[in-house]
Amino acid sequence: MVEGELLIRNGVVYDPINGVNGEKKDISIRDGKVVEEVTNPKVIDAEGRVVMPGGVDIHSHIAGGKVNAGRLFRPEDGRKGRETKTKVCRAQSGYSVPNTFATGYRYAKMGYTFVMEAAMPPLAARHTHEEMVDIPILDNAAMPLIDNNWMTMEYVKSGDTDLLAAYIAWMIKATKGYGVKVVNPGGTEAWAWAKNCDINDAVPYFDVTPAEIVKGLAEATEKFEMPHSIHVHGNMLGHPGNFETTLATYDLVKGIKPYRNRPTMHATHTQFHSYGGTSWRDFESKAGAIADYVNKNEHLSIDLGSIILGDTTTMTADGPMEYSLYQITGRKWTNHDVELETGSGITPFLYSGKSPVNTIQWAIGQELALLVKDPWKLALTTDHPNAGPFIGYPIIISMLMSKRRRDESAEDMHKVIFDRAEYSSIDREYDLNEIAIITRGMAAKTLGLHEHGKGHLGVGADGDVAIYDISPEERDAGKIQKAFLNTKYTIKGGEVVVKDGEVVATPAGRTIFVTPECDDKLTEEMMVKLKDKFDHYYSVTFNNYPVQDAYLPNPYEIKAPWRS
Amino acid sequence: MVEITDVVCSLCGCVCDDIVVEVEDNKVTKVKKGACSVGKSKLMGHGRIESPAIRDNGTLKNCSYDDAIKKAAEILAAARRPLLYGWSSTVCEADKVGVELAEEIGAVIDNTASVCHGPSVLAIQDVGLPSCTLGQVKNRADLVIYWGANPAAAHANHMKRYSYISKGYWTEEGKKNKKLVVVDVRRTATAKMADVFLQIEQGKDYLVFSALRAMLLGYEDVVPEEVGGISKKDLLETVRMMKEAKFGMIFFGMGATHTRGRHNNVVNAIQTTRAAHTHTKFSIMPMRGHYNVAGINQVCTWETGFPFAVDLSRGYAWYNPGETSSTDLLVRRECDAALFIATDPGAHFPGESIRHLSKIPVIQIDPFPNPTTEFADVVIPCAISGVEAEGNVYRMDNIPIRLRKLVDTEYMADEEIMKGILEEVRAIKEKEGE
Repeated sequence: MVEGELLIRNGVVYDPINGVNGEKKDISIRDGKVVEEVTNPKVIDAEGRVVMPGGVDIHSHIAGGKVNAGRLFRPEDGRKGRETKTKVCRAQSGYSVPNTFATGYRYAKMGYTFVMEAAMPPLAARHTHEEMVDIPILDNAAMPLIDNNWMTMEYVKSGDTDLLAAYIAWMIKATKGYGVKVVNPGGTEAWAWAKNCDINDAVPYFDVTPAEIVKGLAEATEKFEMPHSIHVHGNMLGHPGNFETTLATYDLVKGIKPYRNRPTMHATHTQFHSYGGTSWRDFESKAGAIADYVNKNEHLSIDLGSIILGDTTTMTADGPMEYSLYQITGRKWTNHDVELETGSGITPFLYSGKSPVNTIQWAIGQELALLVKDPWKLALTTDHPNAGPFIGYPIIISMLMSKRRRDESAEDMHKVIFDRAEYSSIDREYDLNEIAIITRGMAAKTLGLHEHGKGHLGVGADGDVAIYDISPEERDAGKIQKAFLNTKYTIKGGEVVVKDGEVVATPAGRTIFVTPECDDKLTEEMMVKLKDKFDHYYSVTFNNYPVQDAYLPNPYEIKAPWRS
Repeated sequence: MVEITDVVCSLCGCVCDDIVVEVEDNKVTKVKKGACSVGKSKLMGHGRIESPAIRDNGTLKNCSYDDAIKKAAEILAAARRPLLYGWSSTVCEADKVGVELAEEIGAVIDNTASVCHGPSVLAIQDVGLPSCTLGQVKNRADLVIYWGANPAAAHANHMKRYSYISKGYWTEEGKKNKKLVVVDVRRTATAKMADVFLQIEQGKDYLVFSALRAMLLGYEDVVPEEVGGISKKDLLETVRMMKEAKFGMIFFGMGATHTRGRHNNVVNAIQTTRAAHTHTKFSIMPMRGHYNVAGINQVCTWETGFPFAVDLSRGYAWYNPGETSSTDLLVRRECDAALFIATDPGAHFPGESIRHLSKIPVIQIDPFPNPTTEFADVVIPCAISGVEAEGNVYRMDNIPIRLRKLVDTEYMADEEIMKGILEEVRAIKEKEGE
């Protein structure tokens, strides 16, 4: 936030949360916030250019243990993105696993001002926060993994939803996290014994099923006025035929009432969960079946996890999935299981348009966006860096906006794209308003951040603005892609941080965290069980576990009261 | 007297965090529980560098912090090929300023992994690292293998807190539920506790890993009757134990990284782990030495993209161990100034490197006098992290833990000293720019 006034004049504004669809309109900012009008502002002339609120990424892996393990074991990736330090910018490295500074600069250049780190191992939460502090410009938050957790599984088994709620409240507070993240529920605990689980399998030793874990966590989350629902990476990610598990997962939370008008489940990187076939041989797109479900139901939101062709570094708390991937490629593989809580795996991967499987994956990500009718139900992601690095977003935007570009790309891909995917038969083209929805409006609303100034330009919103150097009439896919990669201006909290595609200022971002407020008595009862875990099983003491305030130099707290 | 609990030890990579101490008159007077004897000695404190000092005509002369910091900044700002080395026995907050300073002056920033688990890093960059947190080992491991590591002497609490002797969820009876295999060239204190001790011939680690790996992958017919001093029968027995374990864990130390084969030994160790993983759960972890050597690798990686031996002279990070690692730079007599923080190259670097160091200006930041002090030109004493200063560190399994401050001090913390140097360097450069 900077003091002073700024006026963005004559831009064509797309602010879908406020129903502004391509109107020529001025945006006034004072002391970092959008206001009705300003009196003596610095003026930016956006004449005829596309103006949107700062981008909001709902799911990206940008900070923490596995991201850094990815950097550490891929010096060859580090070499790819080298840029020399400037008067303003620190030295940059990396393509699929950029260093923290490059992460902030490159997102800002695309007009993004908020990114959600999608998976924080609670025991290593301090690490995630240390890196987030080192990511310039962006506001961010992180979701702790609470699903393969022993406390969670024990409470799910005993059916004590209130105590489970007390536990997740403690955990979100202890990690300075944002909400409940689920990754291969039960499967990652099973992976500690080199096993895996499907949705209705019993987790070894814990005698609960992934289905019960997901349901329990959704019910516990909705005990609070949580800004965001549970955020789910379901079982069987990346396996042919997994769409049935995916649909079954969606159905689990159908009857649960959210605290406000938002979904009860956000299902992430849906591309990886929309697979048909029985093996890689007859692998096919089931984007249609998934989109159909999303179209018919209101309790669910998704993000894409769309593929970017080329080399990347895959990483997830889904340890068994990464092991499967490593077995396919034979490339290097890192694994890091975390006591009582979660795990992770990392392996490099090349998405090739010559591969039939990768071609279908490419098709699925975009098919989902094109077949889900209501853009408010989906967000653009690449599950960075899993389906490809975030700097590929403009490629996906240009594909969604241009049928011609999709046809051209299909010609370059494996011919399977015409047989085992709907890709080439879909005519829909996104307009800029829909792009604004899937790159900021939807994510902000689904995360509940629109109530805290993100993802829109209404009075009181954060002065986060992206000005793209195209006219609203532009139809050339190449020019669209170029414009979305490097803004004319990115403004963060009223300060110009990017000008003509160059980073010109690097203010520190804020860490946004949620404080669920739980009844003392419940917390006290839960604490007995929790302390036993620390006394006997954790390798860190109870008092050394919670993330100290020192790790959040620029905190922003959202309170989540208990629902009476 | 005040009792402080949950004290975090700033000695070795175990980073024990359940220590209880007593503090009286701003001094740690008693370590009541949790620490090993070496950790205890660090917490209780011993001889310190008393004052900042600058060498003048061969003798260190006491000076103020300001003067020492200014002098250090002058040396670094004037240098064409400065080296900033150490960083493993201080906190991440100081390390971060170190990377920023390296960028500012186009230095090489390197850390003690360079002469320690550097080979392990190279191996990880080749094949990855299937690993886990230490609590996983505590709760699940029924087979623990120490290879070229002697925790009984070097990581005194390791077995008790995290591995062979610890009790956990599936290992309620501690070592009764576990088997211990030790591989070493001599019968160490750890080896004496082992169920199976494989006393291999010096430099034959690679061969023995290869034999185990072949057997794990079903090629026992290619393994000769004896490998590296171990009979095929004993190797087969070890492989049987590995296959039958529910959760196997290999910890390896300098015995594997600093013998013939170097990083190739670690590549083979990791591949052996992967071979075992085709039968059961198996993981592997380097026994990191200093309490925050894992941490400087982390910081250096997220800030520059690379874990050690990072050359920033081009304005971006250039990583090429062998070229950009400290001892190689010094042996080539490339550096014209060096800053050492939280380390003692005087005791650990090869003679040829030290000879070059004696010819160039050297800055030392450390709480304690050591051989490096003998030739340092600027000596800046600092607070002891974990006793007099707080901050973040990473345990050997990369779990971040915050060191506590137990007593007040007049010594500056590493982070403050580094910030002071950075500010002074910037002031000098700005002046030059004018």
